[in-house]
Amino acid sequence: MKNTQNSLGTYLKTHWKTVVFLIVVLIGIGIADQMVNSFVRRLLNLSAIYTIVALSMNLINGFTGQFSLGQAGFMAIGAYTVAIFTVPVGLRATIFYMAPMAPFLANIQLPFVVALLLGGVLTTIVAFLIGAPCLRLRGDYLAIATLGFSEIIRIVFTNTQTITNGALGIKSIPTISSLWWTFGTAIIIIIACFLLISSSYGRAFKSIREDEIAAEAMGVGLFKTKMTSFLISAFFTGIGGGLYAALLGTVDPKQFYFTLTYNFVLIIVLGGMGSISGTIISSFIVTLGQEALRFLDEPMAFGLDLPIFKPGLRMVVFSFLLMVVVLFYRKGLMGTNELTWDFIGQKYQSIKARFTKKAASTQGGDK
Amino acid sequence: MVVGMTLSTFLQQLINGLSLGSLYALIAIGYTMVYGILKLINFAHGDIFMMAAYFAYFGIAVFLLPWYVTFIITILLTMALGALIERTAYRPLREAPKTSLLISAIGVSFLLENLATYLFSGKPQAFPEFPAMTTPIFVGGISIQPVSVAIPIVAFVLMTAILFIINKTKVGMAMRAVSVDYDTAKLMGIKIDNVISSTFALGSGLAAVGALLWCMKYPSVLPLMGVVPGLKCFIAAVIGGIGNVKGAVIGGLILGFSEVLMVAFFPAMTGYRDAVAFIILIVILLFLPNGILGKKQVEKV
Repeated sequence: MKNTQNSLGTYLKTHWKTVVFLIVVLIGIGIADQMVNSFVRRLLNLSAIYTIVALSMNLINGFTGQFSLGQAGFMAIGAYTVAIFTVPVGLRATIFYMAPMAPFLANIQLPFVVALLLGGVLTTIVAFLIGAPCLRLRGDYLAIATLGFSEIIRIVFTNTQTITNGALGIKSIPTISSLWWTFGTAIIIIIACFLLISSSYGRAFKSIREDEIAAEAMGVGLFKTKMTSFLISAFFTGIGGGLYAALLGTVDPKQFYFTLTYNFVLIIVLGGMGSISGTIISSFIVTLGQEALRFLDEPMAFGLDLPIFKPGLRMVVFSFLLMVVVLFYRKGLMGTNELTWDFIGQKYQSIKARFTKKAASTQGGDK
Repeated sequence: MVVGMTLSTFLQQLINGLSLGSLYALIAIGYTMVYGILKLINFAHGDIFMMAAYFAYFGIAVFLLPWYVTFIITILLTMALGALIERTAYRPLREAPKTSLLISAIGVSFLLENLATYLFSGKPQAFPEFPAMTTPIFVGGISIQPVSVAIPIVAFVLMTAILFIINKTKVGMAMRAVSVDYDTAKLMGIKIDNVISSTFALGSGLAAVGALLWCMKYPSVLPLMGVVPGLKCFIAAVIGGIGNVKGAVIGGLILGFSEVLMVAFFPAMTGYRDAVAFIILIVILLFLPNGILGKKQVEKV
């Protein structure tokens, strides 16, 4: 990304394909926003939110090599922040009918964007508290601490009746319907991730992933760098959670079960740990796939009463897919490659070579 | 706060803490043994525990086998399941990066949970009652369920057996050798794969016994029942010093006692019961990262 110093003209000259692609995507979203029905709209919104959260998970797990399993918990913080601060004050008495909302919160209502950012900030603070003891240590303590945390946060939200309305959850959150909120945020975060990864911070992240000891010897501050990655990841996840709350219009502790995190594990493994474009592609594949395979849960899938189609089969298929990918296609769709124009060109060449039956075995794709 | 806490209720709570702690210890040993050898958090361990509970439920409630036959079959099946998981999901990744192994463990856990939901439905099933174990008996003014006394006894016997296997038998010696230095052990002619399989089988067997005792005390079986105990028992293993079997026992007991006593002393905090383990984990990681009995790990280049 040396072009950041150059003038706009040179930038456009070298990156015109990317710019054109981005414009096409933006026009596509604009058209889709006018055309699609509410079902497709909801699916596309969900895919964009999953892209945000999966990308942030890939930042810490795939690029920095630190295994964090707190995505569901971080999303919960972002989602509840949006829920608590955007529900209209007038409706709060009916929502909090078991116990009235705590007085210090009861009359505060924030605009959506402010609440969304506040959710991100709160998530980052909580992530700092978890990261501080765990990231100093080598090993897998982060995985167990973050997984534990996302279980605890559910317990806390179930018990803090006057703030989160306990197990009942919060309803009537003003919803977003336009695609621009989710896709706009997703595009900003994708660009931010690309810039981050190609900066010196990104190289420090990757050096820790490859070899901690070597990275430390080269002068990379392990704790500081891991923490930076973890906090950025948490911030994005909090934002994703906030959008999730505003998409669904309701939050309750059960939505943020740790199995939600496992969905994101599937997405980043399928897309390739350490590939931004892979994560984006597989976020859409998994989200749309989970919707498309919904018939597996229906007992009367093909008009016949087949005993194998019953609730739960869909998730069995997806967990099986995760096992197959991790055992046989460890690199996922993209490995650590990015879907750049050069990459597409190479793939095109290698496929063309395969069809002309020349050196099919020697040019077999990625290294 | 400590209102109405008499000596007898305190003793009763101590016994509850001891029995819960022994259950945690039984499961924690499986975690610590696997971690000692493969340096892997076996996320599927809690779900192996869950499967054992289902095996026992099906044996007694569906196939109507006598309880002792069911218990033996359950333990054997669970040991086989543990070894099978190792064979199919972990062995092919022996040379792969550690992250892949960890993801594989998560995948197995996810698969077992979803498979159980699919096959056995997500609804909780009532585990058959054992009146002889659950009818309270009164000793000096304290009412105790016999199972609360049986659990620590069974656990103690099994832990002694495990320590005997690890310290005095040939396969135990091989396990210790592999956990100290994987590559050297391989060069010395130890059949690594067999050692790892037997480690998984032993750990899973203990989890099966844990599940049987657990279901007698809390008679309900459901697909996600292994998650929270699994998480807590890994924390117990960390508290005691991961890789150390005695440490896992100590960690399990600490966790069991603190959980029961917190609920006894602060009834208002009952909802936060499951948070205790997590708070202890954070404190331990801050002040004693290698656990109580753990050795300091030095990373060599």
